[in-house]
Amino acid sequence: MSDETPKPEALVKVDYKPPRKGWMDTKPDISRGNINWAAIPKSVEYLGLPYPRKWSPTDDDWQLPENWKEIILEGLRERLSKYRSLQLFMDICVRCGACADKCHFYIGSGDPKNMPVLRAELLRAVYRKEFTLAGKIMGKIAGGRELTIDVIKEWYYYFFQCTECRRCSVFCPYGIDTAEITMIGRELLSLIGIGIDWIVTPVANCFRTGNHLGVQPHGFQDSIDFAVDDLKDIIGFKVDAPVNKKGAEVLFIVPSADYFGDPHYFGLLGYMMLFHEIGLDYTFSAYASEGGNFGLFHSHEMMKILNAKIYHEAERLGVKWILGGECGHMWRVLNQYMDTMNGPADFLEVPVSPMTGTRFENTRTTKMVHITEFTSDLIKNNKLKLDKSRNDHWRITFHDSCNPARAMGILEEPRYIIRNVAENFFEMPENTIREETFCCGGGAGLGTDENLEMRMRGGLPRANAVKYVHDKYGVNVLTCMCAIDKAVLPTLMEYWVPGVEVGSIHELVGNALIMKGEKERIVDLRNEPLPGKEAVKDV
Amino acid sequence: MSLADLLKQKQSAILERWLNLILDTYPGDASVFLKKQKNRFANPVGYTLTREVDVLFQVLLAEIDSETLSTSLDNIIRIRSVQEFSPSQAVGFIFFLKRAIREELDGEILEDALSGELLEIESRIDRLALTAFDSYMKCRERLHKARSNELKRKTNIIISRFTSPDSQPGQENEAE
Repeated sequence: MSDETPKPEALVKVDYKPPRKGWMDTKPDISRGNINWAAIPKSVEYLGLPYPRKWSPTDDDWQLPENWKEIILEGLRERLSKYRSLQLFMDICVRCGACADKCHFYIGSGDPKNMPVLRAELLRAVYRKEFTLAGKIMGKIAGGRELTIDVIKEWYYYFFQCTECRRCSVFCPYGIDTAEITMIGRELLSLIGIGIDWIVTPVANCFRTGNHLGVQPHGFQDSIDFAVDDLKDIIGFKVDAPVNKKGAEVLFIVPSADYFGDPHYFGLLGYMMLFHEIGLDYTFSAYASEGGNFGLFHSHEMMKILNAKIYHEAERLGVKWILGGECGHMWRVLNQYMDTMNGPADFLEVPVSPMTGTRFENTRTTKMVHITEFTSDLIKNNKLKLDKSRNDHWRITFHDSCNPARAMGILEEPRYIIRNVAENFFEMPENTIREETFCCGGGAGLGTDENLEMRMRGGLPRANAVKYVHDKYGVNVLTCMCAIDKAVLPTLMEYWVPGVEVGSIHELVGNALIMKGEKERIVDLRNEPLPGKEAVKDV
Repeated sequence: MSLADLLKQKQSAILERWLNLILDTYPGDASVFLKKQKNRFANPVGYTLTREVDVLFQVLLAEIDSETLSTSLDNIIRIRSVQEFSPSQAVGFIFFLKRAIREELDGEILEDALSGELLEIESRIDRLALTAFDSYMKCRERLHKARSNELKRKTNIIISRFTSPDSQPGQENEAE
């Protein structure tokens, strides 16, 4: 032991700086808190994906197939020829650095490989080495890199440390979509049996029962029935909430967390109140019971098969058009891929609001309207009676969820709704909202608990902006319209900004909505006393 | 001149050294970004470190109350306890201040025979480090509590169905 004790002279020579190595020679820290657990074999098998096996990213041997390298390179070759965008993204980056400091994971961690340019370079360097003449001849000098097992481990570490939020793309002068590079990176890993469980198992559940927790149709029906009962206690009567109703005008799709997650559930109550009040002829589907598309986080193939359920159910039930709830990634798939992936949905009609007559021309091809487009149109046309004072206990800010904001451009509608259902609304600083919104840190399949430290540092830029409005204006609720946000932001707030709750836009709508025949409202949708009704609630 | 006066006089140079040593604990060229990007929302880590080391230095010069000390320490440690640092690395930045002071005031300390005062200052830095360790533990406990609350939230609407048929949405929160 005494031999191992450093001498005083040695102690004073401690070098506080981490070793300076080139990025190609620095290995990631694959340890708990920084990684996601591997997909379980049962789910991999269920989806017919290759190489199901029990393994852990902390193992030295990842039990890859013998010809893993060949599989990856062939997979990359195929995707380069299939997706012209990928070929462009590999070739046109000039490494200007505009994206470098825009990623929330880089801002929160300082890890250079979380700079979008360098994360993409993990794939690009292999591409150069194997697919370009300069890289083949000159190797490292031309920016090429040999594909090794360490490189695969690095891909695993960093492609599952990107939430595909696309903030970096906003700043790229060439419009390179780093999220799509991450998507391809994940697809390639999947070819050799590398995936994370919080993606593969939800995909398997969605494929089997239609939602990520595997809730079966009768369980879905029960959940809606319970919600009707819960609402009755608040408003005094039972609302209509049809499930699998053939011939309804509108199919309504929600992320599954809306019917079992907290605080999502309060938003579900809000939708149900709204639809009942305006008399919308709608139906839920117990089969397309998940808006969130976990396939997007896995591969184009999985995204397509999960998304197909929405159009399939719309056709089976014979609806005219589709309405979608507060969800994030669902909308990226719907708005950017669904039409060409599973369309055309020529059995549907261009959506027209039966209450206002507004024709949603922007959804001419997808036939699917976002709930905030629908609700803001109702408010604009004076179709709702609203009592803003029922939200007076909230001092509200709004987090633009990445996908509705950046992939759809839904920026004004939620703000318009909030301003019409509540008095106290405060924006976060300009460079943290709208197109420049900061991710929650848990998107694209990273909302698990084993990587919590990673999520907390990735979510720091968002939390930091919330803290600013919390300190300055007393903000006590962070509203958002994405199921993943609602699952992970409460944890982020608990760590960084205690005292701030997370809520839905339609929770606020439900609170403010004056319904025909309602009993005296004394509690909000969380069963907390409404402002001024504290004494009544206590009785 | 006393050491306390010297520390006040050379405050900005010492703080810059200390900050640089802390920023150097981040990999690659991150220290450049953390130092140069001044917008507090684009660079919360750099902004927090820059602001709080200044406050901690004032604490050292005994001009600030203990509540300010714990808030300031917590602001830094809350960040470092979820970054890729071991516990000792997360709190070890406090000791960098000793090095910054010695490097900046090396000549004066010898010349003016200030080693007695230096020992006193270094003892205060040691106490600061112990407080930092308390703060680190609080942050980690907060993190684990947040983790278990998240797990509860994922299913508590469903669980409430089984545990209490008359339960109301939202009641479960109070239990947390």
